[in-house]
This record gives sequence, structure tokens and C-alpha cells, in this order.
Amino acid sequence: MIIANNVSKKFGRLKALNNISVTCNKGECIALIGPNGSGKTTFIKSILGMVVPDSGFITFNGKNIVHDWLYRQYIGYMPQIGRYPDNMSIGQIFKMMKDIRARGKDIPTDEDLMEAFGLNELLRKRMSTLSGGTRQKVSASLAFLFNPDVLILDEPTAGLDPLASEVLKKKIIDEKVKGKLVLITSHVLSELDDLITQVIYMQDGNLMFHKSLEDLRRDTGEQKLSKAIASVMQKN
Amino acid sequence: MKKIIKYVIADILRNKIVLAYTAFLLVISLSIFNLEDNTSKGLLSLLNTVLIIVPLVCIIFSTIYVYNSSEFIELLVSQPLKRKNIWISLFSGLAGALALAFFVGIGIPILLYIPTGTGLLMLVMGLVLSVIFVAIAMLAAVATRDKAKGIGIAILLWLYFSLLFDGLVLFFLFQFEDYPMEKIMVVISAFNPIDLSRILILLKMDISALMGYTGAIFRDFFGSRSGLIIVSAVLMLWIIIPVWLSLRNFNRKDL
Repeated sequence: MIIANNVSKKFGRLKALNNISVTCNKGECIALIGPNGSGKTTFIKSILGMVVPDSGFITFNGKNIVHDWLYRQYIGYMPQIGRYPDNMSIGQIFKMMKDIRARGKDIPTDEDLMEAFGLNELLRKRMSTLSGGTRQKVSASLAFLFNPDVLILDEPTAGLDPLASEVLKKKIIDEKVKGKLVLITSHVLSELDDLITQVIYMQDGNLMFHKSLEDLRRDTGEQKLSKAIASVMQKN
Repeated sequence: MKKIIKYVIADILRNKIVLAYTAFLLVISLSIFNLEDNTSKGLLSLLNTVLIIVPLVCIIFSTIYVYNSSEFIELLVSQPLKRKNIWISLFSGLAGALALAFFVGIGIPILLYIPTGTGLLMLVMGLVLSVIFVAIAMLAAVATRDKAKGIGIAILLWLYFSLLFDGLVLFFLFQFEDYPMEKIMVVISAFNPIDLSRILILLKMDISALMGYTGAIFRDFFGSRSGLIIVSAVLMLWIIIPVWLSLRNFNRKDL
């Protein structure tokens, strides 16, 4: 579904991405793991077209994403730090997003998360008054709102309370079962165990490996993802 | 595209600074017209407001607004929208809102007190200058990531257009005073939209006799129909070129 081909990106002297080639298919739930500053977010942003790669290309459903923008209607993106216009209320943000995405026709929306997070009672609150966790809830609800084929979640559970992150995890599993492609970055490896099917490990802008979870378990002899990754990191 | 413009305009019109700007222009124009018996004298006093304050407010407000809506832009870019549409909508929203503020603050008093050709010309020039300086602000805002630097560039550009340019022209004139410079002056004036508007309005006010031989050349050029068409084209270019350059830059920008 998403194929990245030799994607490189430099910010000044820093090589944020170095010849990354990845193939992501439907029904997979992929964890992007790596130390801080390893290029995970830059990679996600280049899939979304927010960062333009210096060389290499990315295709979405077989089409190059450069100069294309319509493919983004199949993606739900939850940013690491959700930043919204301060003087809009939650309700206005949702209304605006529906308005932008609708393109003249009514599209079915998936408001499960909004209800589960209790955002419906907060619709009149302004974005500037929200706590970090509530902002994350808004971001998550927006990502799932339009039933996208691909979900890109950048640190989804950071800042969420345990209850909310359980709700979100359950929702991610539900969507995975429906055959969607889910890309997650997270530093909380313990919670990824029952979510993911594949692991992409990045370091200093390089792709170290892309394996299925079973392969990783077999190669390292560890059952827990956190232990498996720790043993990989020690080897490097 | 219309949808984004709608949200941008709704956001700007809720902004207290734009409301204050409108009220400020309204107070100035009403007090000038009410204190001065001779309306054409009033128009002359208003001219300086239009040529100094309007560009200043437009360029600085727009630059700050673009920086402050970086979150909004990021949110939009991750949606199925063309970057070009996002940027042009932002520009149209800003230009529309500030032109509206000018129209309410100065346009309506002009229409009430002096609906003459000169008054209308000043109204049109003020609207065009508002749009031009929003366009220049878009260019300043996209040039750098740093907000302080961006606002600095905007202020420098305004200083250049309203003060430095005249100084440079004077310097240039004194250096080459032995040569006939009148025709070249017409060309040079095209490089500054503020000067261009000032010349057009002064010529219309019939005080161009004060400008000597250069004034006569100006009158000859700007008074003719082809001259007017060229001036309108130049002013259009002052809008199109900055917007186009900023758009080119924005299309490649990493967010």
C-alpha cells in the first residue's frame, strides 16, 4: 500500500533519513521504533507530504505522492503534538474537518472515540484551554473520524491517562482486524506487544531492520518486544 | 478553497487587532473631515495615513498572523488539500479582511464626505496597497522559520518602501543631476508601490505644478490612457509576483 523507495532527507548537515526503503501492506500493524532523533517522525511526515524528501520517492496505492494530495483522504494522522488554532472550540474543529473532508457529499463518520473519550460534553471548550491529554484525545478522535484505510499514529498514548490509552489501544486493534494499515511510533514498548505484527527499527536515519514480530522473537529468543529490542540495541 | 477562506476570514474578523485598526482609521478619517472645512485639504492629510499607516499595519499584522497560524497550516497540510489552495486561501482571507477594514475605516467616510474622483482614487489606491502589502508579508513570512526574524524582515521591507527608497532616489538624483532624469524617474517610481500611489493621487489633486518639470513629465505619462493601463499592470504585478514567489517557496517547505 505504501512503498518508500530510497528516501533521503537532510536538515542542514543532519541526515534525518538515509536511503530508507520500506513496504507496508494492508492489514499490517507496524511499529516504528528507534531512539530519539532517529528519523521516525520525519519518515511519517514524508509519507504525509509535510516533509519533501531530497531524493527517492514514496508511492501510495501505486501512485507517486509528489504533486498528489487526494491520497491523504485515505490517511488518518495523529501528530505527536497536536497543535490547533487557539481560538477555535473542539466542536468547531470537528465541524471544520468534516467540512473540508466532505467534498460536497455526506461521508459516514466514526465517532466512537469521541464518545468513549467523552469529548461530546466538551464541544464548546476552546482549544487554548485544553490540557495536553485532552488535546491528544482530540487528535486521536480526528485521526479515526473518517474511517481511513491507513492510520498513522505518532506517539499515540503519550500524555493519555491509563483508561484513555486502553480505549485507544482497543480501537487500534478493532481497526487492524478490519484490515487497515496502522503505523505506530512509540517509546512505550510494553504496550505494543498485543498490537503490532511488524517492527521497523531505525537509528540515526538508517533503517536497521524491518521484520515481523515472530521473526524478531525467534531471532532474539525473547518473547517480550521490549526485551527483544533491548537485545538488538545491545548488539549494535 | 472557498471553505478555507471562510474559516480564515471568520478567524481574522474575530481578531481584536483588526477591529482596533478599523476603529482607528474611522476615528482619523472622521476627525479630519469634521475639523477641516476644505475637503481637499482633508484629503491631503488623509493621504499620509493611507500611505504610511495602512502598509505598516497590513505587512506586520499579516506576517504575525501567518506565523501564528502555523498550527492551522500544519493541520490543513495533513488533510487532502492542495498546498497551493491552502496558501492562496490564506492570502485571500488576509487580503479580503484587511481591505474590508480599510473600506469601513476610510472608504465609507470618503464616500460620505468627498465622493469625487480624487476621493475614489484614494479609496482604490488604499485597497490596492492593502493587498500589495499582504502579498509582501506572505513572502516575508515564508522566507524564514524564525518568527522574530520574519517580523524583522517585514519591518525592514516597510522601512525600505516608505523611507529608504525615497532617500535612495534623492541620492541617485543628486549624483546624476547633470543628466536628464525625468523619464527615468517614471520608471524608477514603478519600483515602489507607495510612491506610485502617491504620485497618482497628487497628480489627481492638481498640485503637480509644484513638482516642476518632473511633475509635467509625470502628468504627461500618468495622465494618458496607456500610462494608466501600465500603472494598473505594474500594481497588479506587485501583488502577483510576491504571492507567486511565496507560493513557490511554501510548496517546497518542510513543516
